[in-house]
Amino acid sequence: MTKNKTDVQVREKKETVLFEQQYIELYEQYTDTICSHSATALNAGRDKAFKKFRELGFPTPQVENYKYTDLREPLSVDYGLNIKRVNFPINPYDVFKCDVPGISAYLYFVVNDAFYPTNYERNKSLPEGVIVTSLRQASEEHSELVEKHISKLADKQNDGLVAFNGAFAQDGFFIYVPKNVILDRPIQIINIMRSDVDFMANSRNLVVVEQGAKAQMLVCDHTVDDVRFFSNRVTEVFVGENAFYEHYKLESVSRETTDVSTLLIKQEQNSNVLGNLLTLHNGVSRNNVEIALDGENCETHLCGMALSDGKQVVDNFTSILHNKPNSHSNELFKYILDDEAKGGFTGRLYVEKDAQKTLAYQNNKNILLKRTAKMRTRPQLEIFADDVKCSHGATIGQLDEKAMFYMRQRGIPEKEARMLLMFAFAADVIEFIRIDALKDRIKKMVEKRLRGGHSKCDGCSFCS
Amino acid sequence: MSDEIIYEVTQNDYKYGFTTDIETEIIPPGLSEDVVRLISKKKDEPEWLLDFRLKAYRHWKTLKMPDWAYLDIPPIDFQAISYFAAPRKNAPKSLDEVDPELLKTFDKLGIPLEEQKILSGVAVDAVMDSVSVKTTFRENLAEMGIIFCSFSEAVREHPDLVQKYLASVVPYADNYFAALNSAVFSDGSFAYIPKGVRCPMELSTYFRINAANTGQFERTLIVAEEGSYVSYLEGCTAPMRDENQLHAAVVEIVVLKDAEVKYSTVQNWYPGDKDGNGGVYNFVTKRGICKGENSRLSWTQVETGSAITWKYPSTILMGDNSSAEFYSVAVTNNHQQADTGTKMIHIGKNTSSHILSKGISAGQSNNSYRGLVRVNPKAENARNFSQCDSLLLGDKCGAHTFPYMEVNNDTAIIEHEATTSKISEDQIFYCNQRGIDTETAVGLIVNGYAKEVLNKLPMEFAVEAQKLLQITLEGSVG
Repeated sequence: MTKNKTDVQVREKKETVLFEQQYIELYEQYTDTICSHSATALNAGRDKAFKKFRELGFPTPQVENYKYTDLREPLSVDYGLNIKRVNFPINPYDVFKCDVPGISAYLYFVVNDAFYPTNYERNKSLPEGVIVTSLRQASEEHSELVEKHISKLADKQNDGLVAFNGAFAQDGFFIYVPKNVILDRPIQIINIMRSDVDFMANSRNLVVVEQGAKAQMLVCDHTVDDVRFFSNRVTEVFVGENAFYEHYKLESVSRETTDVSTLLIKQEQNSNVLGNLLTLHNGVSRNNVEIALDGENCETHLCGMALSDGKQVVDNFTSILHNKPNSHSNELFKYILDDEAKGGFTGRLYVEKDAQKTLAYQNNKNILLKRTAKMRTRPQLEIFADDVKCSHGATIGQLDEKAMFYMRQRGIPEKEARMLLMFAFAADVIEFIRIDALKDRIKKMVEKRLRGGHSKCDGCSFCS
Repeated sequence: MSDEIIYEVTQNDYKYGFTTDIETEIIPPGLSEDVVRLISKKKDEPEWLLDFRLKAYRHWKTLKMPDWAYLDIPPIDFQAISYFAAPRKNAPKSLDEVDPELLKTFDKLGIPLEEQKILSGVAVDAVMDSVSVKTTFRENLAEMGIIFCSFSEAVREHPDLVQKYLASVVPYADNYFAALNSAVFSDGSFAYIPKGVRCPMELSTYFRINAANTGQFERTLIVAEEGSYVSYLEGCTAPMRDENQLHAAVVEIVVLKDAEVKYSTVQNWYPGDKDGNGGVYNFVTKRGICKGENSRLSWTQVETGSAITWKYPSTILMGDNSSAEFYSVAVTNNHQQADTGTKMIHIGKNTSSHILSKGISAGQSNNSYRGLVRVNPKAENARNFSQCDSLLLGDKCGAHTFPYMEVNNDTAIIEHEATTSKISEDQIFYCNQRGIDTETAVGLIVNGYAKEVLNKLPMEFAVEAQKLLQITLEGSVG
């Protein structure tokens, strides 16, 4: 028995190398094709990223940071890549009716990894100077702006998948909010995965929020078809002095989808950032978030929630780097895991030597509903300054039986009582949402999800 | 102000640094199968033990030095270390026969054998380098059926017991340093508490590293039979040395049904000087297993010494209703590095564990807590509470926390909390207001901070532990 087990491990390891090989060959053979169909700004660092990928390979559970996300199976699928940038025959505006009532966001679509050219009515009222376009177009029209920022954060990452993204990503979206411009409504980006064959999408996004500006971003992930999808997205965000930035990620995709999203944020002095990662329905999800507080007096809130059942996997890997003094960060992640769901959380809190007067809190709370559900959590503190207040807490447990009993006594049916408790548990994270319309909508979706339904948006014909 | 105090504290030299002149028998440095055979031969060991050593050595050769810890370990040349050193005198039967130099050493430490024997009633198995020199109160214990002797003696006189339990908790292939220890361990302590016996006194061993350039590879094995109880103490101090010394010990504890073991350590090996030169490398594997139902194991440690500490006393909670505790105070100063914590593996039903870790970093030291709480799928109703606090004294030191929680059963309740901060100005202000000067106030606060753990130590040890805290953080402890 034991011998067989080792055999399997050895084989798996070899296979991982094999999947890598296939992409390495593809890259070497088609470098020119990849480059000629890409945003020019991405080509500069391509070879370097490729070299790094060759060195690091795809992450296996042996890599400490990916200990709790096993991507070997999803990576073994023979995905198609759209390196020639063929347009997919779909007009999302015709079929998509986002029903977050009253949100009336500026609405954009990314189909697989391509930004969809738009002539949506509401988008025409974007304030002057604000740019929302594909990275490819931006590299031509605003090359200076793009080149100043692109890959500045991603290149520092030591992650095989980020390197892979650097080698293969050809496009993505680009958002620019000029100095002191306050966006009156959120920008909503809808990622749609649409393909007839198993498909992999690599995209690179760039968001620049200049000094004193304010922007809210809502990124929704959806899948249309029932094939295997693998999305590997890297988003870089630069938040200037005194700027506000909010990033909401709402994931509601098919179980056959593997989503690796890397969100890298750099904050300047007095800036304020909110990140909220809501995973409502998914296959395998891995969120890498790194927020660097590179100025004084920054404020950062990062929170997230996962409602998982079946064999879903959710792993949030977060780092908050306090590089300058007098900043404040707060992290809250909550998971409700049912069936054979697997949850992972890593919260790395790093306080640099001179970052005195740092206040940093981190909290991770988890509920396991079935004995087959698994949760792994690693809250980590690395502190090099002495005048700081940092704390973290983590709990894993069940629903409070006393509270259940109290409600049953008062005639509330068991199912309803459980739902109420779970909803109250998740509500802390929902309360962090600063867009009221979205908050109400998420509340409804969470409730529906907790009642057993798939929390797709009504009126949206994308989710299956 | 407090900065000055911290400066003073960090400038303190190691007070227990001295070398005892005792003739030692040393084999030439280097490690090979022949050396392993030679050690075994010198100790007159049976065939099975030699096989065990050789197996461990062959496995060790295939391993690489681990680098995952938050430590900066200079490369260690294992061929430059001598693997065996024994005081040449024959084992004495009474105190009179003990080398006067050795007695003087203990005098300087304030723990003379006589005083221990007469005043505190502690049976002391004094280990100087690798061979056990003196065991007291043996006869008293023997009457109750308790075996407390050096490891090599146990191999000679109780081979069945040793063979049954050796490496049953820490297999030779467990990790790099456990494999090294299994191959070349020189001596250590063996304690066996028979069924239903409550050991009437604290068992303690004082470890010291003495000869230059010898690594010390201790092996401790404690077996508590059904319904028994023992409290075991281990204390360490080492003389001053310029070259780094390697210490890779293995401690195994087997707790059977309804038994209880309390294991306490005070570790104060030479931490190196102010600039980070010298000091002991302490790479220890300590693990206990709560094998039977209702068994209980409690670890308490006070870590003040060593240049590098790599130590995770862990417990496997196998028996139903078993419980484990881990209390730790780790103090690092100057250039010391510590990566320490615990593992609690819940396997049986209704098991519980409690972790309380207090780290204090000063100078330019780095102090990390690394812990794992794992609940296996069949471990119903497991309960864990972990608390890790770090206190930073000075702005050049670091405090880190790396807890891992892996839960595979929905009936588990696992809680973890950690804080990192410096001594709050409010607290100092409060004391100042009441006429307590800043120095005394800092002392009060640090003392109070560590009190929760120090209180868990047996009386005799609590005194020594407080003394050590005072020495490490002198000037700030009133």
